[in-house]
Amino acid sequence: MMSFDGFPVMDADTLTALKKAIDGGFRAFTREFGATVEDFFLPLRTFLIFVERLLVTTPWPLVLLVIVGLVYLASRSWRLVAGAAAALLVIGYFGMWEDTMRTLAMIVVATLISVAIGIPLGILMAWSGRARAVMLPVLDVMQTMPSFVYLIPVVMLLGIGKVPGLIAVVIYAAPPIIRLTNLGIRLVDADVLEAADAFGASTWQKLRKVQLPLALPNIMAGINQTIMAALSMVVVASMIGVQGLGQPVLKAIANQYFTLGVFNGFAIVGIAIIFDRTSQAFGRRLQKHREAEHA
Amino acid sequence: MLESSTSIEIRNVYKIFGPHPERYIEAVRDGGMCKGDLLEKHNHVLGLKNVSLDIEAGHIQVIMGLSGSGKSTLIRHINRLIEPTAGEVIVEGTDVRALKPKALRNFRRASTAMVFQKFALLPHRTVIGNVVFGLEIRGVSRAEQLEEAHHWINRVGLAGFEDKYPSQLSGGMQQRVGLARALSNDAPILLMDEAFSALDPLIRVDMQAILLDLQEEVRKTIVFITHDLDEALRIGDRVAIMQDGELVQQGKPEDIVLSPATPYVEDFVRQVNRGRVVKVGALARSVSGPPAALRISGSLPLADAALRLVEARLSFADVTDANGAVVGRVGLEDVVRTLARSAGEEGALAGMASEEPPARLVG
Repeated sequence: MMSFDGFPVMDADTLTALKKAIDGGFRAFTREFGATVEDFFLPLRTFLIFVERLLVTTPWPLVLLVIVGLVYLASRSWRLVAGAAAALLVIGYFGMWEDTMRTLAMIVVATLISVAIGIPLGILMAWSGRARAVMLPVLDVMQTMPSFVYLIPVVMLLGIGKVPGLIAVVIYAAPPIIRLTNLGIRLVDADVLEAADAFGASTWQKLRKVQLPLALPNIMAGINQTIMAALSMVVVASMIGVQGLGQPVLKAIANQYFTLGVFNGFAIVGIAIIFDRTSQAFGRRLQKHREAEHA
Repeated sequence: MLESSTSIEIRNVYKIFGPHPERYIEAVRDGGMCKGDLLEKHNHVLGLKNVSLDIEAGHIQVIMGLSGSGKSTLIRHINRLIEPTAGEVIVEGTDVRALKPKALRNFRRASTAMVFQKFALLPHRTVIGNVVFGLEIRGVSRAEQLEEAHHWINRVGLAGFEDKYPSQLSGGMQQRVGLARALSNDAPILLMDEAFSALDPLIRVDMQAILLDLQEEVRKTIVFITHDLDEALRIGDRVAIMQDGELVQQGKPEDIVLSPATPYVEDFVRQVNRGRVVKVGALARSVSGPPAALRISGSLPLADAALRLVEARLSFADVTDANGAVVGRVGLEDVVRTLARSAGEEGALAGMASEEPPARLVG
């Protein structure tokens, strides 16, 4: 008779053999193609280092001015500008300027990559039901799989450093922009699309003149979510050698330096709030037609 | 010669909605399967059944019917937003069904323009941005786009509103934008799908007047869908009436009012104010003999003609055509008989009464 006391388990030897085979296979793959993969990501590494250098080596008043200027251009809000300037000054005064700049560089590059990959994938998902069916479970995995798990193969392939950290951040940060681009395009009013068709718009014209502009609020929300997700990965990324605000936090955890942890934690919160408010204000400004009241 | 030729030919068009229309088209066309059977047994919807219609160039063809009668489906066959299951659609000599995707886009850009019931404006673009849309799609130069757009914005009475967003405009103004967008495309065919149905009655009458006024100038082939018989009769040069996907009657507005082909059409026209819709020319009979003491234009509505006869204390008058030539004679008796068969008189009288200013209240 069958017993339900324990779950019927695969034979222990078979299981071990299976794990070994997969590990062995991947290790062989790593040895064979590790260098190629590394070369492939070289431009990314160069770009990341360039942005980081730029932010770290440029005199701080200039950087501060540029950031605050960008905040103003995006939001047109003096309150936000004052808040951003104050936050950055406090961060600098507490000795976290350089780490903050490194984190900023990472976030900016990760967001750019996520947007560059995410928007086309989102469009593809909106156009093709099949692409959507394939992408949805992949996105679920990207967002729920503990990041440490996919860090293992990434580190095996690329070692410890900036690029594997960047890849980990992008894997976690890209799904929101993909999902919201897809959603935004699918939500575009069918009547307006029919009108575009009736006027003889091509697929590309429809995308550029109708679908993307009307999906913009959702796409902007996606970019905002992507930035937030990237920031939340800062500490995890620092575990595999990404410099920035994450590393002092790690040190604080290991040594129970409460204040060090809190300071760096608040620095992350500070830039998160600057990014969040600025990108939201920018999103609102882009669609001023929605705010226009009935005359 | 081409001016008065047929612009749009719709030949035996069938449309079956569902995943496998080709399986049932034979049964519907040759086997006489009805709409109910098709839906019940095969879960397909019969949208159009053997519709044939010739639409004259430069005229307003109204297609009328209740919702679900297939009128919006039919108009979408003209620019192939909907593919026919069977039949032919020939527009300006082009077999629309045979067009490849690129040719179809070019056909839509050059030959047709459309106005929609729910306006379908781009909410993120201003009035001018919406009006240039069709020209932008065609790849016209920016300067030309703006010139053309400004002309039509002025023409529909929206000057000064160029930089407003659709959400800042009333429904009537939004549809003027829709009209300007369609007209600026300068296509010979204008498709209007319940274009004024979403508007308030007074605004609707306004828009009808604008359309008729513009048509004097542009002389396009206009296909106008409506569920409102008054609207159909007011603006249509020809009216076609649809019921359950079939064309039940087509002809001049007067023909439809004076001799409805089916009980369905009769139901429709019962409420019509004949005194306004029917022109006295329709009652003119040829006679010989000395000319009558009064001449009236054939385009005069019956109610006005009756008034003219009564005021002149005459029992008959000669009817003239657009050039002033006498085409026949009409008697007061005939006029009154035709009017009396109408049920809409009370409404007309009430309307006249309300136009009187409340003189005693002033001052």
